[in-house]
Amino acid sequence: MARLYEYQGKQLLKAAKVPVPQGEVAATPQEAKKIAEKIGKPVVIKSQVWAGGRGKAGGIKFAEHPLDAEITANQLLGMEIKNLKVEKVLVEEKLDIEKEYYVGVIIDASKEARAPVVMFSTEGGMDIESVDSEKIARVTVDVLRGFRLYDALNLCVALKVPTRVLPSIAQAIMGLYQTFKGYNCRTAEINPLVLTKAGKILAADCRISIDDSSVFRHPELGIDVAREAPTPPTEFDRIAWWIEEGDLRGTCYIAQMAPDKKGPGYVGYHGIGGGGAILGVDALNRQGLKIANYADTSGNPTAAKVYRAAKVILSQPDIEGYMLGGFIVANQEQWHHAHGVVKALREELPKRPGFPSVILLCGNKEKESMEILKEGTTDLLGQNPIEIYGSEKVYETEFLAKRMRALIDEYRKKREIKG
Amino acid sequence: MAILLEKNTTILVQGITGREGSVRAAFMKGYGTKVVAGVTPGRGGEEVTGIPVFNTVEEAVRAKGPIDASVTFVPGPGLRDAVLEALDSGIKFIVMPVERVPLYDILEMMAYGKQKGARLLGPGSIGIISPGIAAAGWLGGTPEFAKKVFVPGPIGVISRSGGQSGTVPWAIQQAGLGVTTVVHIGTEPVLGQSMGDLLPLFEADPDTKAVAVFGEIGGPYEEEAAEAVRTKKFTKPLVVYVAGAWAPEGMRFSHASSIIERGKGSAKDKIKSLKEAGVHVVDRPDEIAPTLKKLLKS
Repeated sequence: MARLYEYQGKQLLKAAKVPVPQGEVAATPQEAKKIAEKIGKPVVIKSQVWAGGRGKAGGIKFAEHPLDAEITANQLLGMEIKNLKVEKVLVEEKLDIEKEYYVGVIIDASKEARAPVVMFSTEGGMDIESVDSEKIARVTVDVLRGFRLYDALNLCVALKVPTRVLPSIAQAIMGLYQTFKGYNCRTAEINPLVLTKAGKILAADCRISIDDSSVFRHPELGIDVAREAPTPPTEFDRIAWWIEEGDLRGTCYIAQMAPDKKGPGYVGYHGIGGGGAILGVDALNRQGLKIANYADTSGNPTAAKVYRAAKVILSQPDIEGYMLGGFIVANQEQWHHAHGVVKALREELPKRPGFPSVILLCGNKEKESMEILKEGTTDLLGQNPIEIYGSEKVYETEFLAKRMRALIDEYRKKREIKG
Repeated sequence: MAILLEKNTTILVQGITGREGSVRAAFMKGYGTKVVAGVTPGRGGEEVTGIPVFNTVEEAVRAKGPIDASVTFVPGPGLRDAVLEALDSGIKFIVMPVERVPLYDILEMMAYGKQKGARLLGPGSIGIISPGIAAAGWLGGTPEFAKKVFVPGPIGVISRSGGQSGTVPWAIQQAGLGVTTVVHIGTEPVLGQSMGDLLPLFEADPDTKAVAVFGEIGGPYEEEAAEAVRTKKFTKPLVVYVAGAWAPEGMRFSHASSIIERGKGSAKDKIKSLKEAGVHVVDRPDEIAPTLKKLLKS
């Protein structure tokens, strides 16, 4: 996963000479206690989860003594914040805060920029989106010229940062930019950057994500699934990523939508092309069906890659149907899809008698693809309903979703009779 | 007339001996595109379907004279060098049908392209096609397929979805219309050409009477279209569909350009900004072609 936990981000910042509070990560209350003993003063214990608003959710607590730290860590470890389980806590020295700043590097994809933008604000500690724009200084970076120390100094000058702290803040901004560049980040933010009562500048929190396509350049980060997602990867996501990793021939994007499927109505969904695939999802939703996973195999993948994708989708437990949502008149030769899908259906359907499939495949080599699909599934039809459609139905999303719904209803009835 | 890809546009294919490069070069040539040279280091002197192969872009340009455009069939991690090489040889239009390109590489290409005054299409663009004239990239598939799906007519098409770059023109053709040029802007987090760049080109093209946009969530692109209309850089009828209303924040639904980040780029925001500018926003993609037809009649 391309997003880093706070403690991982801080390790990168520290390496770029951005001061961070003294502290370490703990996976057990005993470890938390030992770290607090080592720090030797009051500590803050921070849940390591990918969620904003950890403080409000009760995921950040203070402890005066090592024994408190152990008890508090025990409370935090295992708790859930926004459906994410806390598996690690960061134990750090508690800071005496004088003032909080914000520093961030983001990508501006707009026509005018197409470049990184470094942002600095004297209003740290809150959501930067809610800060008045006159309290944010920003500079668009010309990557050929680079981001220089005087750029960082000028950001501070623009917001009238007192001269005594200006050099150390500028150094922190520099360090964040170097981290952003060096680790190929998608975003890198320090919020807040704290000025302590003792006059020290420290990165109290950070949010860093690595660009998916650059993860291969940083094996040292140990990121096993280079995919953006709101939650950490599930086992399913891991398997899906293995299909893609190292195979640059076309795209195979699969993401689990419902890791804890409860109840009926889930479809194993196999879309083709990002834009078209979602049209099918909208239509399925309108029929009261949900997708167990989202998928997209496009960009001319090989039949082997399509096969692996279909196989992963079909192997999900508790799905009630399979839809190949090829809502595009594709330029890619669709016979690779036909071959891959037929092979997966032939292997998986016999395990699930009655399980229905709706297949839409349109575009280049459509006629040949239809022949492959029909010939390859005829002998399965006795056991499993399979409906196959081509470009005459490419925008008939409602019709296809209704067919999926009707076949699923029949499948349910049959199972009830049996059960 | 068309935009970017015209009758006399000469084209170079970088990575011409690879799996995709060789197949697509043959398609492009078969469609009538002026593919004058290909490049693969270490394969100079060979030919791919009658197209001469050179070791470097500079060598190709020396042999063939200035070349207008390049299509890069190279793996993502190799794209930066391919693009810089083309830019250094004076090529001003580069089509990049390449995904999974490291972000910092993209930023460097964009900065260098700007410096050289070049247009970079993509990365992650499946290409561009001006029906009956030329095609660059994957768009079109095969000459037979391209002839069936892309017919000449008065509509410019800009798509954020590769697949829909074929489907929208197909629907337009089914409605009895045709297209001037179809452009897929790409899928990566930063793109070289977007609505704000392309709409003024369609405005200047006398054959384009209206433009259809297949939009998606994420990024600033649909807002740029709204801005172009607001500032009168584009005054012809514009029909837009925005896909992805159901997508949760932080999840991309295939490609990196379509992730809702920091609460920005939702379908709702985009539709609002387009409607305020007076753009015709349709609720479903199958309404694009009928709406265009109605607008052209009035």
